[in-house]
Amino acid sequence: MALIEIDNLSVTFTAQGRQVRAVQNVSLNVNAQESFGLVGESGSGKSTILRAICGLAPISGGSIRINGKAIATPRGKAFSRQVQMVFQDPYASLHPRHTIDRTLSEPLAIHGLPGTDQRITKALTDVGLPTNFRFRYPHQLSGGQRQRVAIARALMLEPEILLLDEPTSALDASVQAETLNLLSRLRAERGLTFLMVSHDLAVIDHMCDRILVMQHGRAVEELSRDALAHAEMKTDYARSLFAASADRMLEG
Amino acid sequence: MSTLITWLRDPNPASRLQSKLGQSYLSWLRLRRNPLAMIGLTISLALVLMAVFAPLLAPHDPIAQELSRRLLPPGTAGNWLGTDDFGRDILSRIIFGSRITLYIVLLVILTAPVVGLIIGTIAGYFGGWTDEILMRITDIFLAFPKLILALALVAVLGPGMENAVLAIALTSWPPYARVARAETLTVRNSDYIAAVKLQGAGAARVIWGHVMPMCLPSVIIRVTLDMAGVILTAAGLGFLGLGVQPPLPEWGLMISAGRKFLFEQWWVATMPGLAIFIVSLGFNLLGDGLRDVLDPRSTSK
Repeated sequence: MALIEIDNLSVTFTAQGRQVRAVQNVSLNVNAQESFGLVGESGSGKSTILRAICGLAPISGGSIRINGKAIATPRGKAFSRQVQMVFQDPYASLHPRHTIDRTLSEPLAIHGLPGTDQRITKALTDVGLPTNFRFRYPHQLSGGQRQRVAIARALMLEPEILLLDEPTSALDASVQAETLNLLSRLRAERGLTFLMVSHDLAVIDHMCDRILVMQHGRAVEELSRDALAHAEMKTDYARSLFAASADRMLEG
Repeated sequence: MSTLITWLRDPNPASRLQSKLGQSYLSWLRLRRNPLAMIGLTISLALVLMAVFAPLLAPHDPIAQELSRRLLPPGTAGNWLGTDDFGRDILSRIIFGSRITLYIVLLVILTAPVVGLIIGTIAGYFGGWTDEILMRITDIFLAFPKLILALALVAVLGPGMENAVLAIALTSWPPYARVARAETLTVRNSDYIAAVKLQGAGAARVIWGHVMPMCLPSVIIRVTLDMAGVILTAAGLGFLGLGVQPPLPEWGLMISAGRKFLFEQWWVATMPGLAIFIVSLGFNLLGDGLRDVLDPRSTSK
């Protein structure tokens, strides 16, 4: 049985009487400790799937099950200890008026977990930040450091599933690689399950065991890493997406 | 002193307190660069000191009457700003009046912005029906002219300083609610709010701990800019005889008493008027300076 099972998921936004179907009948399964990638161009609905899992986007059809159980609405505290998310833009995902300490201790306070000091120190060390950054504000950190804080925050509650919404697209190339390596290491150490969104096939190739290619809110094709490595796509769209980033993949 | 500054400027603070004080120190440096704001701050501090040390500063008892020395012009020895129609020293009355002014201002800024902030953030955060109901109530309060509503309230509650404060507070919270709501709407869909919701935080925690700190700067700026208005409304109520009651030396009341001799003995009304003018100007300058320091849009870059 897969850890995350998504069946025929549809997400429809209603804005000013107009309906936008951001995701249409997408199904996917993610096994425990697997890293699953969602790829597609902007507006293909890949981030919306992550937001729908977190309860941040309106689900209009289909179902999401975690560990075989349909997830509760509203999501609740049990859900937050199981699933956490790392957002795309580290400049927007940290509260500008809270110190790193406050940002990291908030989840512990919400869930009434003891040992705040040790946990924060450990979390900072785990993501490769010096512990004397603890009382800094986000604006005193670089983009890569902020994203490390965001990853540390997502791991404070020791979730088994981490949703990654283009975690490196706002960072420059060298920092991107560091952050991806950090994520790979944390996954190996903690046995995490990743559901990762990216428009960059190079990133997905580096990180994921299986990928789902999406276009216009629909699933186009599911590929294993081997199929990706040998360019064995069945659909034209997946092939063109692959061609667009093949140069960079070969470099890396 | 220099060790204190190094401690404040330490890029790696060792505690929440040091971190917070360090940020305040940087804000202070930004404020200090603005000469007009420093003038405003000086005036405001002078008002506070004047209120605290009123008994030491005032040359006379503000209530003691001396009818043989009534309506003396400014510059008379012993009564440098002149005397009023009961022979009371105007300078002493202005100095003691600063206590009443400050008391009213403090009570209003401890109530109205807090109420406005709570209502505005709740309306903005929940949206929908909550927003509609709270904002329509706000609109109703906004639709009344401030002084008229305050007059009506004082007429019902009876004149007096506490009731005047209550009336001013009740009429001045709606703008804060609007400011707080507008600010809430810009932050409620941001990723950091989504992140804390995803951690299982309830609405109260999100509003109190995460939304309000973002609204606070705009509200604080608005408060300092409104302080002049509060002083003027209090003076207006005093002038109409509905606020502070005689013989207490309230500035508006003093202007009202001096109105009778405005043409022959101009100083009786002019001196407290000048006091109101200077204090209002001080608060406005300070508010403008604080806007430059606190406004998140101008400082975050």
